[in-house]
Amino acid sequence: MKTFRTYRTATRMITAIGVVTLVAACSGNGGTGGGTTAAAGAGYPEQNITIVVPFSAGGPTDTVTRLIATPMAAKLGGKIVVQNVEGAGGTVGAGEVSRAEADGYTVLMHHIGMSTAPALYQNLGYQPVESFETIGLVTEVPMTIVARKDFEPKTLQELVTYVKANSGKVTLANAGIGAASHLCGLLFQSATGVKLQEVPYEGTGPALTDLVGGQVDFMCDQTTNTSGQITAGEVKAYAVTTPERVKSLPDLPTTTEGGLPDLKVSVWHGLYAPKGTPKEVVQKLSEALQAALVDQKVIDQMAKLGTAPVPAADATPQAHLTKLQEQLGTWAKVIADAGVKAS
Amino acid sequence: MELLDNLALGFSTALLVQNVLYCFVGVLLGTAVGVLPGIGPTATVAMLLPITFSFEPVTALIMLAGIYYGAQYGGSTTAILINLPGESSAAVTALDGHEMARQGRAGAALAAAAVGSFIAGTIATVALAVAAPPLARVALQFGPAEYFALVLLGLIVSIALARGTALKALAMIALGVLLGTVGQDIYTGTPRFVFDQRELYGGIDFVSVAVGMFGLAEILRNLENEQTRTAVIGRVKNLWPTREDRRRIVGPILRGTGLGAALGVLPGGGHVLASFTSYAVEKRISKRREEFGSGAIEGVAGPESANNAAAQTSFIPLLTLGLPAHPVMALMVGAFIVHGITPGPNVITDEPALFWGLIASMWIGNVLLVLLNLPLIGIWVRMLHIPYQVLFPMIILFASIGTYSLGFNAYDVYAIVFFGLLGYVLIKCGCEPAPLLLGFVLGPLLEENLRRALIISRGDASVFLTRPISAVLLALTVAALVVAVLPAIRRRREVVFTEEE
Repeated sequence: MKTFRTYRTATRMITAIGVVTLVAACSGNGGTGGGTTAAAGAGYPEQNITIVVPFSAGGPTDTVTRLIATPMAAKLGGKIVVQNVEGAGGTVGAGEVSRAEADGYTVLMHHIGMSTAPALYQNLGYQPVESFETIGLVTEVPMTIVARKDFEPKTLQELVTYVKANSGKVTLANAGIGAASHLCGLLFQSATGVKLQEVPYEGTGPALTDLVGGQVDFMCDQTTNTSGQITAGEVKAYAVTTPERVKSLPDLPTTTEGGLPDLKVSVWHGLYAPKGTPKEVVQKLSEALQAALVDQKVIDQMAKLGTAPVPAADATPQAHLTKLQEQLGTWAKVIADAGVKAS
Repeated sequence: MELLDNLALGFSTALLVQNVLYCFVGVLLGTAVGVLPGIGPTATVAMLLPITFSFEPVTALIMLAGIYYGAQYGGSTTAILINLPGESSAAVTALDGHEMARQGRAGAALAAAAVGSFIAGTIATVALAVAAPPLARVALQFGPAEYFALVLLGLIVSIALARGTALKALAMIALGVLLGTVGQDIYTGTPRFVFDQRELYGGIDFVSVAVGMFGLAEILRNLENEQTRTAVIGRVKNLWPTREDRRRIVGPILRGTGLGAALGVLPGGGHVLASFTSYAVEKRISKRREEFGSGAIEGVAGPESANNAAAQTSFIPLLTLGLPAHPVMALMVGAFIVHGITPGPNVITDEPALFWGLIASMWIGNVLLVLLNLPLIGIWVRMLHIPYQVLFPMIILFASIGTYSLGFNAYDVYAIVFFGLLGYVLIKCGCEPAPLLLGFVLGPLLEENLRRALIISRGDASVFLTRPISAVLLALTVAALVVAVLPAIRRRREVVFTEEE
């Protein structure tokens, strides 16, 4: 009798644990490429669409994706699941999507890293242009050049003079190889012609921590990460790397104003589908993206992130492809000149 | 008086019906994912983040924070019952906790963990309220050189984790450190020991190692002899800690809380050291050193308190400076951003209701957790009555699902199998998994900070001695080594490293 009762308790418990686990596991699982072939786009979407984010949940790229997922799903009349497939600077997630079925049910959100990966990684397993259909650009997040608050130079011009005079002393932090902060740092060095001592960190959090703590001299990172520290005066800001000033930091001059016009970089995001996805489906996705980018909530939330949706004309496959090709050329040169390799 | 006003504001926010409700949901979910092997708070917070988009910012953060510290509470349960730690801190709890369970004292171990966690959580919350901003400033004094010295000290002190010979313990630590080097080197981008597998670029996941080395290896060991498992059943003694137990856990709880609270503030990985260090300290000062590793309740109470205190104080850098101490905190930064709050030093002044509300909610959450956990102990202990042939496939199934859900990386699941077999072989050789896990967790931290400190100093190794905090920590490390090596103390050391009992 007693054994029976305990056994029942046990069974109940196991069932409860099982339900929780399955719910937890399934909520992230929309089935990568798990679709049967859909007829060329007529009834699309007939099942959940998975957007793969090749970076961790909660990061800037993930946030942007989740912001646009809801209005995109509404426009498409389906459900969108965001799945994070992390690893190797976004190349694991991108590789997975490149091999997924080209039916439009698995798409990829990637940022500037799409254009730098071929130069950084050998044996990538995919090619940005040949393996994907571009759907459209999403947003371009500005970057800022920031320093520890007691760092000597006061303006961008002073910074350039200072690093030229003290190139053996100055330390430049970044969030790891291939990270936006690393790329921006490379551009800074190529624009000023100075080779600096780079200090890589594992992610922006620790890098920013050491910058606020005064352990390293300066770095370049996205407004998403730096604007809180800038407005609080915990770091010194020199410039923003976009052609125009950003709304959330109106007093911060641009690199052009500061005398370094060659230093222009933004973390641009785009949506991709595997090569061979039917044109009609890509078109539908692109239209849904355009609709999401004029959604007031998306605009407001992006403004809080210090960025804005791209104009509708850029949220198209053609504009995205042009940008991708132009960026591939730019970064191939910058990275080759710097002699950086990630593998 | 300002503090009282602030706390009043905090409690008036945290006690709003929806906030208490979501605090409860958070700690309940946290306990659940903590109990489930594999699924950790990082994955859960990541998955639930989008759900909180429609909440008030403070409500969302209260719930997400609840998941985090709730998971720290729950994590000890599976570690104690089935030797399956989901986090590095729980691996320490498993050492003595699971031994206690084998002796039929699972209830006492679970109660010690719950009560210790509650006391630690309460004290740490007070520390947060009273001294968060100044503590954060102190924490910023820790640069790469200081972290290197701190981790080195932790590594040396924690050799006490081992039960067997010192040589085997050192070998296990070295193996752990080597396993920790798998993946892309962050300084040069060079892939190390990845065998051209892109999935290994991010390194081996801790959960895979822990679930394999502890959980799966334990299952294999149990299966080889049916008697080992059935022997446990029917011998469940008193559910609650005895008077003697209660007397023995007071000191460890308070020391663990102090250690954990101090280490948790450090954003560069202090919280990782909390439970290891507490265990080492308790073992060193205990009069019953020989009991450690074979079911000493101090070895459960101390590390659990340290871990929970560190979980609470690791919010300090996040809340006062906007700087995340670990992946869960990085997700919280994401949550701040999504809710239109720019994380940074201005949060305290710009959003006082949010800041103090979140702190007050942590205490409420701790109360809810202890109310939730104490009655559950009886049910958990019954889990040991589940026939083993039913239990072990379940454990493997849930562990695999949980681990896969971390990053949708099948390699993490293969890794469980690999480390399970490795763990089994090592047990057969008389080597223990705990030192390996320690090396695996601390090795990368040690290397990262050593190299970073040297990069910043341009290769000048004297930074470790010219920076005061680092110099003091290194002096302590040397002292710890001397104590361990001095022949006069050798006789007492025989007890620390008792040969196979």
